[in-house]
Formats: sequence, C-alpha cells, structure tokens
Amino acid sequence: MNIVVCIKQVPDTKGGVKFNPDGTLNRAAMLAIMNPDDKAGLEAALRIKDETGAKVTVLTMGLPKADAVLREAMAMGADEGILVTDRVLGGADTWATSTTIAGALRNIPYDIILTGRQAIDGDTAQVGPQIAEHLGLPVISYAEEIRVEGDSVIVKRQYEDRYHEIKAKMPCLITALSELNEPRYMTPGGIFDACDKDITVWGRADLKDVDDSNLGLAGSPTKIAKASDKVAKGAGEKVNLDPAESVNYLIGKFKEKHII
Amino acid sequence: MGLEEYKGVYIYAQQVDNKLSSIAFELIGKAKELAGDLGTDVTAVLLGSNVGGLTDELGEYGADKVIVVDDPKLETYRTEPYAQALSAVINEYKPDIMLVGATAIGRDLGPTVSARVKTGLTADCTKLDIGDFPLQPTEGKEDEQKHNQLLMTRPAFGGNTIATIACPNNRPQMATVRPGVMQKLPKEAGRKAEVIEFHPDLPENNRYVEIMNVVKAVGNVKNIQDAKILVSGGRGVGSKENFSILQDLADVLGGMVSCSRAVVENGWMPQDYQVGQTGKTVRPQIYFAIGISGAIQHVAGMEESDLIVAINKDEDAPIFDVADYGLVGDLNKIVPQLTEALKAEKEAAK
Repeated sequence: MNIVVCIKQVPDTKGGVKFNPDGTLNRAAMLAIMNPDDKAGLEAALRIKDETGAKVTVLTMGLPKADAVLREAMAMGADEGILVTDRVLGGADTWATSTTIAGALRNIPYDIILTGRQAIDGDTAQVGPQIAEHLGLPVISYAEEIRVEGDSVIVKRQYEDRYHEIKAKMPCLITALSELNEPRYMTPGGIFDACDKDITVWGRADLKDVDDSNLGLAGSPTKIAKASDKVAKGAGEKVNLDPAESVNYLIGKFKEKHII
Repeated sequence: MGLEEYKGVYIYAQQVDNKLSSIAFELIGKAKELAGDLGTDVTAVLLGSNVGGLTDELGEYGADKVIVVDDPKLETYRTEPYAQALSAVINEYKPDIMLVGATAIGRDLGPTVSARVKTGLTADCTKLDIGDFPLQPTEGKEDEQKHNQLLMTRPAFGGNTIATIACPNNRPQMATVRPGVMQKLPKEAGRKAEVIEFHPDLPENNRYVEIMNVVKAVGNVKNIQDAKILVSGGRGVGSKENFSILQDLADVLGGMVSCSRAVVENGWMPQDYQVGQTGKTVRPQIYFAIGISGAIQHVAGMEESDLIVAINKDEDAPIFDVADYGLVGDLNKIVPQLTEALKAEKEAAK
C-alpha cells in the first residue's frame, strides 16, 4: 500500500509572533515548523505503516528550504520525500496550489493521500478537498480517526455536534485534524537516515497534465487587492485599584452605558 | 466565459437533520446588502431530502428566491452528491456571487465545488463589500479596473494580517463566512420567496462514500455564539473548579461561560466552549476576558464584541490592548465581588 502525505512548512504563529519595527510581521524571525494538522496526517500514515508495512511518501510544495520538513518527516519514519519547487509556482492561491500538487501526485502511486485539514498560516482548509477534486478522488475532511479495512478506509469524520463514521474505497483523500493523534518524535537513528537519504526535487516540467494557465500567481483566480497588518483596536481604559474599587469603577461604567 | 452572464447573489442554505442552520440566515442578511449595492436579488440554494418545508423560513429571513434540489441521495451530508447538486445549480443558474458558511460542511463543500466549477474561493471572510478591483486604477490602464466586484476580507497568519481578496476573472465569486460574523435580518412573518424546484442528475460514482454511522454529541450543548453575555476564562482561572466563580457571574447576568484554548488543553472545559482562531468566533454584547492573556488567536475570535472587559493580574497582558475596560488585579477577589455587586444592583432595581 502507498500512502502520500502532503505537508507544508509554516511560520510558527503559536510560539510568539515577531514584528518588525514598522509593525509588519517579521517572518524571518519566526520559527518554521511542520504544519500541525499535516503532522497529525503524517502520524496517521506512519501508524498504518507500522501495522501494514505501507510505504509512506511525504510531499511538499514551497521554497527550496522547505526540504527541512521533509527531512523531519523522514526522521519520524517516512520513506521518501518529494519537494515541488519552482519560481513559476510562487504566489499560488488554493486553486493553483492544489493544481500543482495534483500534477505532482499523478506521477506516483497512491492508495491514500493524507493532508492536514488546514495550515496555520492560511487557515483555508481548501487545498485538501481541491486536490481530491482535481484527481477525481473521494474526499473525507476533518478526520478524527482512521483505520484501513480491506480495500477501504473507515474514518470518523467530525462535525460541530456529531461525527459520521464513513467508509470509502481506496484510493481516497483524507484531511486530518490535529486532534487525530499525538505525533511521534524523530528518532536519533531516523535523523541519521534522513540526512543520508536523497530528496526528490521536482519543478514545473515534472508536473503531469497541468496547464500553465492554472499555475502560480497568474493562474490563481483569487487576487489580493490589499494586504495589511492588522490595525489593533484602540485600548480603552485600564485601572489598577483594589478589588472593591475596581468593582465600583466597573459598575459605574455599566450604569453610564445603561447596561444595568 | 462571459462574466456578464453571471447574475445575482446566492447563498448556500445549510440544513442539518432538515433544520436550517443559523448561518443560512446570517448569509442572507449579508447577501441582501450586497444585492442592494448591485441592484439584484438574493437566492438561497437549499439541498436535501424532504426539505420543501424550509423554504418559507428562508423567505421570512429575506431570500427573494429559493432553488430547491430535493433528492433522497441528499438526505445526510456527503461531499459527493452535495457537490454535484451545488455545481449543477451554479452551472444552470450562473450566480455572480456564491456565499457558503465556513462550517464543517461548508469548508468541505465550498472548496470541492469551487474547484469543480473552476473559480476562486476565499475562506473564512469577516467582511464582504462591493467595490473596484484594483482598488485604485492603474495609471494608463484606467479602463482595466473592474467595477462591482466582490471584495472579500479575511484574517490570515493566525489573525496577524488582514487581506482583501477579489476574484476578477472567474465566476461565481465564492466566499465562505464563519458563523456568528454576519447578522441576520429580523424575521418578517409571511414574507414569501419564489420557489424554484430543480432536478439535476446526481449519478453515483467512485466518489460516493458510505455513511455507516451518525453519532450525535450527547447532551444539548448551548452554543456560545448565541449568548448575549459571555464570561470567558483562561489559564489564569487556575483550575476547573474555580470556573464556578465565572459561572456565578454569568448566572447573575444571564450569560454563558466560555474559555480560551489553554483551558480546553488543560481539560477544564470542552472544546464547544472555546473562543478563538481554532474555536468559535463570538460577538456578544459584553465579553468578559478573565485570566486570559489575550493571544492574537484568542483575540481574533472575540474582538468584534460590543464591549470587552478584561480582568488580569498582569498589567502588561495584551488583552488590555483590546479591552474597553481593563481591571488589573486578582480575579479571585474581583469576580466574586463583582457578582455580589451586580446582585445588589438587581435587587435595588426591583
């Protein structure tokens, strides 16, 4: 069985956000990590590998330095890493990104494709389902639990107030929630092996059945009209009083505003 | 593709168990505004099985038309027949704008359909406007500026940046909107929408999956998005037990208790009550942030609240940057005293 996990290198927005003196986001100063939902997808794949001996390939699209997340994934136990990188692919929206990744996936065998539900930089949750659409595969989003049974997968699919237990024939695409599992750590042996292994690097020419007009910035239907750092809402009043006075102050404000 | 053929503002009227979700009405509310600017009308797209009874309610909340695809295959949400049905509606009726809720259904259906009809989709929008793209005309290329475009504004990078996005060359212009962000219109009893029944082919293919089981969450969880007053606690509350002082405050105000991500991670409260980027977006009339430091991910989920009160012992906590009223001090002392004072005010008002 072949499992391909699509992973993304993202800036760590959780571990403290750094700003430049002019107030813009300092991405260079922020740690680049494997996107958490993707890591859960990788762990799910590695667990299937532990049980069935499946081959796990990790694939990422990004700048050349994104090979770091492939190395990390290989140190955790993935067998192979593919980096899709090319100047002409830059500035892609979710349509162009999913088109690119689908073009890469057409080159390799897969029974299950795993992606994270969403990346913490874009938060769109679109690329997984859109890859499935381009490849004509069933998609199961928001997976909380995954198991393989014969030629099918059985997935616990999360909704706001319920879950569905879904059976899908392979090949299929599943998007993973970070709640799915606790990803394993890299092992020292794995880190050594990962450093020795070659990473496959693909560019535009290696994408199969993909039209130039659907790639990169130019091939993206959505266009950015304006991007700005968030303007913080102005702070209101802050008081540092003893508790009883604090309460009186607030009750006074509530009365002023006719809340009470 | 003649873009001018695409007309009207459409919304996906999500129903679950043949009950319309609140997001359907919220989208109609926003769609009415957009349709007003464009001089067009609002169409709700209703997919399901035996859902004919829901069209009246859509009309009462402002839909001018309702397109209904009623098919036994659409009884329970599955990506494939739903994506077939919604794509068929788009291909047949050619909407200019298609809005979908950023729910666990919409964030699966939206991307699938947008890829199928080959258009852009902007996720989790917090603001939608009609305007020009580019915003300013390029010198010498003034005639290339497009008018009456949907401008979709959304946070990115965990709420650190805001981007406004357009979809100038493809139709429909698609966006998902998180529940609780847009406001529904008051219900107008007896207002009728024109109902159009549509019967597209929904051929079974390899993409159909089998639902083996539907397991609903036990108990009836009240939605924090519906609360007018939220008393929200963070790590600073200290323990699961100590949330009782927040509950007391919520009770006297007729509100609900919610929490930050740290609280869920500590197992003090279930995820249903989490506010923030990975939780829910709320906009109550009063939001109390108690023992919450105010990480951007949290603020992204509550900053639209009408009034924000922060109580924190750390006077440099970022939550004070968004609070209307900030009380620096020990929440264990302030909160119970505040509850008592509010009780006394209530008594006095009787």
